[in-house]
Order: sequence, then C-alpha cells, then structure tokens
Amino acid sequence: MHDVIHDLLGLYNYWIVIILMMTGFYTVIARPNLIKKVIGLFIFQTSVFILFISMAKVEGGTAPIIKEGISVYSNPLPHVLILTAIVVSLATTALGLALVVRIQEAYGTTNEDDIHVQDEED
Amino acid sequence: MEHLIDIALLGLLMITGFAIVRVRSLLAVAMLTSIYSLLSASLFVVLDAVDVALTEAAIGAGISTILMLATVALTTDEEKAPRHTPLLPLVVVIATGAALIYGTLDMPHYGDPEAPVHQHVAPTYLHDTPGEIGVPNVVTSVLASYRGYDTLGEVTVIFTAGAGVLALLGYRTRRRNITGPGIRKLVVLRVIAKLFFPLILLFALYVQFHGDYGPGGGFQAGVIFATGFILYALAFGLGNSQRVIPHQLLRIMMAVGVLIYAAVGIESMLLGGKFLEYRVLADDPITGQHLGIMLIELGIGITVAAVILIIYYGFVSRRH
Repeated sequence: MHDVIHDLLGLYNYWIVIILMMTGFYTVIARPNLIKKVIGLFIFQTSVFILFISMAKVEGGTAPIIKEGISVYSNPLPHVLILTAIVVSLATTALGLALVVRIQEAYGTTNEDDIHVQDEED
Repeated sequence: MEHLIDIALLGLLMITGFAIVRVRSLLAVAMLTSIYSLLSASLFVVLDAVDVALTEAAIGAGISTILMLATVALTTDEEKAPRHTPLLPLVVVIATGAALIYGTLDMPHYGDPEAPVHQHVAPTYLHDTPGEIGVPNVVTSVLASYRGYDTLGEVTVIFTAGAGVLALLGYRTRRRNITGPGIRKLVVLRVIAKLFFPLILLFALYVQFHGDYGPGGGFQAGVIFATGFILYALAFGLGNSQRVIPHQLLRIMMAVGVLIYAAVGIESMLLGGKFLEYRVLADDPITGQHLGIMLIELGIGITVAAVILIIYYGFVSRRH
C-alpha cells in the first residue's frame, strides 16, 4: 500500500501532463473550429513544457542561480530548452492564427466542416 | 508544502483544460487559455524554473492571449457544434493516453536527484559556470554561452515567424486611430496606461541587463518591452503607437537583432577564437564572456520586441 502511494505521488506530475496533453490533442482532432484547434495545440505545447520542468526539479533544490551557502540546485538545462521553446510556441501560435485570419477572409468561415463543403462545391 | 502547491496547481490546470474544451464562446476560451498559462507560470515558480515562469507569464498569458482575442475579433466568437460524433477521437485519445501512462511507470520519480537527466551535462554546467563564465544565473550562462548556437537558431526562428506573419497579413498604415469612442470614455484605463507605460519599459530594461544575475534576459525583456507598446496602442490607438515606433523601423530592428548576434560570433572568429567563443572578445576571459553575453542578449531583445510588435500591428491593422 505504501509503495502505491509512493508511486502515485512520484508520477502524479507526469500523469496530469498526459491528461493535459490528451485534452489538447482531443481539441485538435475533434473540434471543427480552427481557432479552437490552435488553442488545442497551445494546451499541448504547454503540457510538454510542464513535463520538462517537472523532470528538472530536484527535491530540496532551489532555482539555478549560484549563491554562497546553497549546494543543491534544480537542473538548469531543461529550463533553457523550455525557455526558448516558449518563444517558439508564440511563433507557431502567431503563424497559425494569421493563417486562420486569411482562411476567414477567403472562405468567410473558420469552421472546418463548412470549408470542406465549400471545397467540394468548387 | 511545496508538494501540496504542486498538486493543487496541476489540479487547477486540469480543470481549466477541460473547461477550454467544453466552452463554446471563443472569447471565454481565449481568457481561459490566459488563466491556463498563468497557472502553469505559477507552477514553474514552484518547480524552481524562475526564468521559464517569467517567459511563460509574459508570452503565454500576455501576448498569446492578445493575439487570440485579435483573431476572435476578426472572425467569429461562436463555435459551431461538430458534425461528427466525438466517439472516434475519444477512443484515439484514450488509447494514446493509456500508452503514455504505461510508459511513465518506470520513469524516475518526481524530484529524484539520482534521475539520469541530472547525471549528464547539467552537473558540469552548475560546477563550471562560476569559474568559466562568471555569471550567477546558470540558465543565462547555458542559454547564451554554452549553448549559444541553439539560441542563435531560436532567434532565427522568431525572425522567420515575424517574416511569415508579415507575408500572410501584410500591413497597412493607419493615419486615423481605430480606438472606438467607448475606449475614449474609459478615463481610468487611459490614466493607468499612461502611468504604466514608462514603468513597463523601465522594467524591461532591468530584466534585459540584470539577466546575468537574476531571472531574466533578452527573450523576456523583448516581450515586456513590446507589451508596453501594445498597452499604449490599446488605450490610445494604433496610430499614436506607430508615431513612436513606426513599422519601417520595426522591420529593420527585426533583422538588426539577429545580425548583432551573428556579428558577435564572427567577431570572435576574427579575434582567433571559434564561432561564438566569447572569451577572446576581451583581454580577460571572464570580461569577454560578460561582454559577449550582454551583446547577444541585446540582439535577442531587439529581435523579439520587433517581431512581437510586427505581429501585433499585422493583426490589428487588418480590417474586419
């Protein structure tokens, strides 16, 4: 019993990350609205950030800024990777939303089902 | 205690995530996404990633939300119900999720100091940074010095995104201000915006130049700098904001930042070092590192601020 609780606490972060990831994935594949799809991607991206940062945490550690008298720091490398990934996520979100705006202007809708209907009529 | 905050924040994140899927009004969804980002930024503080938290709060909760709201304003607020049953996607998602959870079972536990991820290069970075680079913030030393090539790549990605949005949405100069009469009546908003504008820019400069010692750096500073101008444009109109920073200037700044970064690399080659090997930039290796990091962070800040403003101008100058 003690082992189960130990595992549950130790893996809790990863499991929530997976639930969030799947929430985003579901939004991308099941929702027809294009803005909602971009937001689904955004949720997915952020859950990956949480996964990396959870792995970087060291029990009893502190932020990786060197200071006298502190010996345990969390791992700085995932922080660096995710810091730049967040900026790239802005780049992808902005490009995705710009495409949505252009699709709205060309088709008059942001609903995937309506776009398919219009494409088949042509 | 730390663990309890972690559990509570992750629980709140899950609830927000489900709400984002369920809610139909896209305006509400954009605001929920902002809350989602702010929650994850708080979680990053608990997990010791202060630099990441600052970036997530500025970009995820700030700029991304503004772009989503701008898109909703240009399209429609209402999401139509899907035509297909959600059964197949649900099965796919549950199967994928179950496979991933199975994969976590033999992962090292949260906070485990013996985990493989902490054994490879990270101890070297933590150990060598004070002697080799001389800046206390290890995230900055890894970002700007040890892994400077990667960061140059990231800045180029940002530049490409700016160019992409410019190609997709273009840009039209607006002589007239497009703030509605509604905003003009909001005296409190206008006074607060005016008061905050210089403070935001000052804070951006602090984050830019204090990034070696505390959380911060070019990415965060660039975003905060751009946020100041976005706030100004929201309260006083796009035209006024463009009189301060015109679009032509932004297009030049966007390229200048990347060029400063690359020029530091070439300069260190000319001085006999390798590409982006800062220690040859000055007589003393540590001074050289400081100089190199400061210059490339400046390049990052300029490009990021310019790209974000170009993206914002692109969305807002588009007519409904």
